[in-house]
Amino acid sequence: MSNVPADLHYTKDHEWIKVAADGTAVIGITDHAQAALGDVTFVDLPKVGASFNHGDVFGTVESVKAASDLYSPISCEVLEANSDLNNSPDLVNREPYGGAWMIKVKVKNPAELAALLDAAGYAATL
Amino acid sequence: MSETLSRTPLFALHVELGGRIVPFAGWEMPVQYTGIIEEHMAVRKTAGLFDVSHMGEARVRGRDAAKFLDGIMTNEMATIKVGMARYTVMCQPDGGCVDDLIVYRLAEEEFLICLNASNAPKDIAWMRSHLGSHQVEVLDECAAWAQLALQGPLAEKILALVTSTPLASIKRFGFVLGEVAGATGCIISRTGYTGSPGFELYLPAASAEKVARALLAAGKPHGLVPAGLGARDSLRLEANYPLYGHEISERISPIQAGLGWTVKFTKPDFIGREALHRQAQGGPTSSVVLFSLDDRRIARQGAVVYSGETPVGEVLSGTQSPVLGKPIGTALVAAGHAASASLTVDIRGNRIPLHLATEPFVK
Repeated sequence: MSNVPADLHYTKDHEWIKVAADGTAVIGITDHAQAALGDVTFVDLPKVGASFNHGDVFGTVESVKAASDLYSPISCEVLEANSDLNNSPDLVNREPYGGAWMIKVKVKNPAELAALLDAAGYAATL
Repeated sequence: MSETLSRTPLFALHVELGGRIVPFAGWEMPVQYTGIIEEHMAVRKTAGLFDVSHMGEARVRGRDAAKFLDGIMTNEMATIKVGMARYTVMCQPDGGCVDDLIVYRLAEEEFLICLNASNAPKDIAWMRSHLGSHQVEVLDECAAWAQLALQGPLAEKILALVTSTPLASIKRFGFVLGEVAGATGCIISRTGYTGSPGFELYLPAASAEKVARALLAAGKPHGLVPAGLGARDSLRLEANYPLYGHEISERISPIQAGLGWTVKFTKPDFIGREALHRQAQGGPTSSVVLFSLDDRRIARQGAVVYSGETPVGEVLSGTQSPVLGKPIGTALVAAGHAASASLTVDIRGNRIPLHLATEPFVK
């Protein structure tokens, strides 16, 4: 069974987002997503300052089997991309909710957060 | 769509071992158990056990069996010694491939042929449609056999733990009939599709699970792991073995695929000879190249290959090579560009230089 932490929000495309009180958020992919991808070999992330609308492709995660687009759960501006994933893309398989966070962003439109799934809602899609 | 998928005799074992089951060539097969890279490296360093029971088998027997096969296969069949196997291609009149196959000579007038899973019904129909006046019959034995591939440097040591059959005397591409884990009537063949040493076992279907369990139990202390189709694909690509539907197909001939060594023009006639001879003489219009990338992105099937701004080909297979730690693949490239040092491949809008390889990445 996939691990679905209670303190995160989710998309049906298997991204998670953790929103902080200061209007920033961290985005990654779920345990279910990494298991489905298999061994991750490369994570292509955006540059700091890049802007995305809700649903835009912000990057690509590549496994031995396939390349999959990453979709932005919300409209945001990138504050930081996780450089650890350059040398250790396998972190995505080992720590999908921890060391393998992908981007830290500034939330542009907090109202969009209401449309995300909570843990129970996401677990129900699996 | 309601395609009915077949299951091998080992399906329940795959599920028990945690295999992730995917549809492949009409079969429900495990793509991986613990991970493609881990299973791949086990085969390179210790050993892996693959269920390849989806592969098909046909028995060809009769007074004219060798002569019949020589008329439909590109490689020489009459010269195969009893107890030996040979790789060959079966071609269309235009030189395109019906399939690539391994032919085992069981007796002077009897052969067992290993067929690709997705091509098995087509192959058997093709063979039967070319029987002519030959004294020969083609028997469909796909359901009778299961196949296991035990591959890796420790394969022989592990197999020896569960069989009384002497293995050391089996040459590369040689085989014997024998007993494995108490199952009789097995074909033990020193062949494989990984680029590592090992064996392929043809087992009566009812014995497959017993043999697989015995091998996994005996091999576990030596590092044997169950391995899935994902690792099978990355292993064969490192070794530059073609996969039907990728490097060879109805539109890519053995000459284009670099398999000219399997096409024996010394034979007076066989299906496709004329077209293949023309290609071999004049040079084919396109040919298959092997490449690696100094990049983290994988160039996958269908990615376009460029020379400058001109599209000159497309990727046929692509994966991450666990041994090299970088992406590798094959591409079909137009004549005149197959040795070019300045090819690139488009991966999601990025042009990545192709490094052409002149030999397999593992041997």
